[in-house]
Amino acid sequence: MKIVDKVINWARLKSPWVIHFNAGACNGCDIEVVAALTPIYDIERFGSILRGTPRHADVLLCCGPVTRQLKDRLVRIYEQMPEPKFVVAIGACACSGGAIDGCYSVVSGIDQAIPVSMYIPGCPASPDAIIDGVVKLLKSYEESLKQADKKNENSK
Amino acid sequence: MSKKVVIPIGPQHPALKEPASFDVTLKGERVADILVKVGYNHRGIEKACEQRPYLQCVYLVERVCGICSHSHSTCFIQAVEEIANIQIPPRAAYIRSLIGELERIHSHLLWLGVAAHEIGFDTLLMYSWRDREVVMDLLALLTGNRVNYAVNVIGGVRKDISEEEKGQILKAVDILEERTKYYVQVATEEITLIERLSKVGYISKEDAVRLGAVGPTGRASGIKRDIRKDDPYAAYGEVDFEVITDDHCDVYGRAVVRIKELMQSYSIIRQLLKKLPQTPLAVNVPRLIPVGEAVSRYEAPRGEDIHYLKSNGTDKPERVKLRAPTLANVQSVSKMLEDGYLADVPIVIAAIDPCFSCTDRMIVALDDVSAKKSDRMDWKSLREFSINWYKKNRGIDFTKIKKMGK
Repeated sequence: MKIVDKVINWARLKSPWVIHFNAGACNGCDIEVVAALTPIYDIERFGSILRGTPRHADVLLCCGPVTRQLKDRLVRIYEQMPEPKFVVAIGACACSGGAIDGCYSVVSGIDQAIPVSMYIPGCPASPDAIIDGVVKLLKSYEESLKQADKKNENSK
Repeated sequence: MSKKVVIPIGPQHPALKEPASFDVTLKGERVADILVKVGYNHRGIEKACEQRPYLQCVYLVERVCGICSHSHSTCFIQAVEEIANIQIPPRAAYIRSLIGELERIHSHLLWLGVAAHEIGFDTLLMYSWRDREVVMDLLALLTGNRVNYAVNVIGGVRKDISEEEKGQILKAVDILEERTKYYVQVATEEITLIERLSKVGYISKEDAVRLGAVGPTGRASGIKRDIRKDDPYAAYGEVDFEVITDDHCDVYGRAVVRIKELMQSYSIIRQLLKKLPQTPLAVNVPRLIPVGEAVSRYEAPRGEDIHYLKSNGTDKPERVKLRAPTLANVQSVSKMLEDGYLADVPIVIAAIDPCFSCTDRMIVALDDVSAKKSDRMDWKSLREFSINWYKKNRGIDFTKIKKMGK
């Protein structure tokens, strides 16, 4: 791995910038996402800050069962994010549709629209669960980077 | 000659926590026109209710909105109980009111933070959200969940409040009251806040009545209307509190009303806990609800919430209709923004405390001509019908009320 890549990966792991999108959620998970940013939970301890635009973000925190109106918008937001990008589905609705599953106006789950890397269940998912999810996501990414590195060295 | 520019805001926008779209037409830096587009959050909950038994509907209706979840479930249950003719035990009514007030506190503190964020006052956001966690912990303690408390069951409540929990509530309320006094001080003395919010999003009393503003939005324009006082439900008939109004008619007024309402909520909680009667928690309710229809009203943190329920004698409702407070308030936004600055758009929208997941229900707009063709009622006959209905059933005479606006 080049030294530049090492620096970039280090920065990526130490400061995952997040964007929050409400794909038809009831606000329950959304306020818990915001609560995770405020002093009691304080996700900034992990270098995370909330960004307003998908072009600045590494992690898409997404809640809600994805209404038909929002499906295309969600895909567009996902496409605007730079690589590598991660999607975290927050709450029961985002994971599988939850209580809203089967309604005529929803597609039941984020994974029906875009690929999801992490599911956080709960109705709503509590801020601790959200922080735990994001931290675990970063750990798994770190592992995958290490493995890819090893593979590269072996092939040399 | 200045050119008109249309700026689309949303559905994804840093100032919006929820998907909604606003097309702002600008003339220079001033807003010439604003078009509000809602509907991104429409999930079809009303229809889904028709396929579920009443008890499941309670939990589904609770998920209409995560911030005022207790409001929706209580409002729905009140309609069910009216049709089934059930009297809930007094203790259940008290606990419902208590959770309702705790919810109001968390919602108002949340609003204070969001509004502060919109004007770039992030310190206040962090302060108020830190204090909000006190209420959230309390709600988690009392009901088992931070949001979507599910404390209501048809015929009463699910969970009791023990003596120990009473003490904890009182302790938390003391802490919050102390903090709120500080916010009152900030709102009345902090010059930057007053300057930023005053004369922004002005709506006169006449316009607020005409456009149907409810809750703190209406009360900040001097409309003294509060369902807790006008049509007491749960245990609100037995507590003493003041309906806060303000005559600033702007965003500053809305902030003052909400902060003062917090103080009222603390007083209500203390009174409720003092009077908490010793009765069972719930009565048994038959699975089948008799044929009938009911309209239920509830003062949610954002204003008047209305639920209409029609039952057909089975264990599932025939029709459920929700009118959330934001739908009543969102019309007034375009009036508030008239001739305002683009920079004021986020705070004016935030000032009505919009909740689009509540709002996004199916609406059919009828004009008087198309209504006459079908069996639906037109505006005039509907108004007469409602006046007569209230006269007959509740003994309230609305004919004296002057029709405002056009």
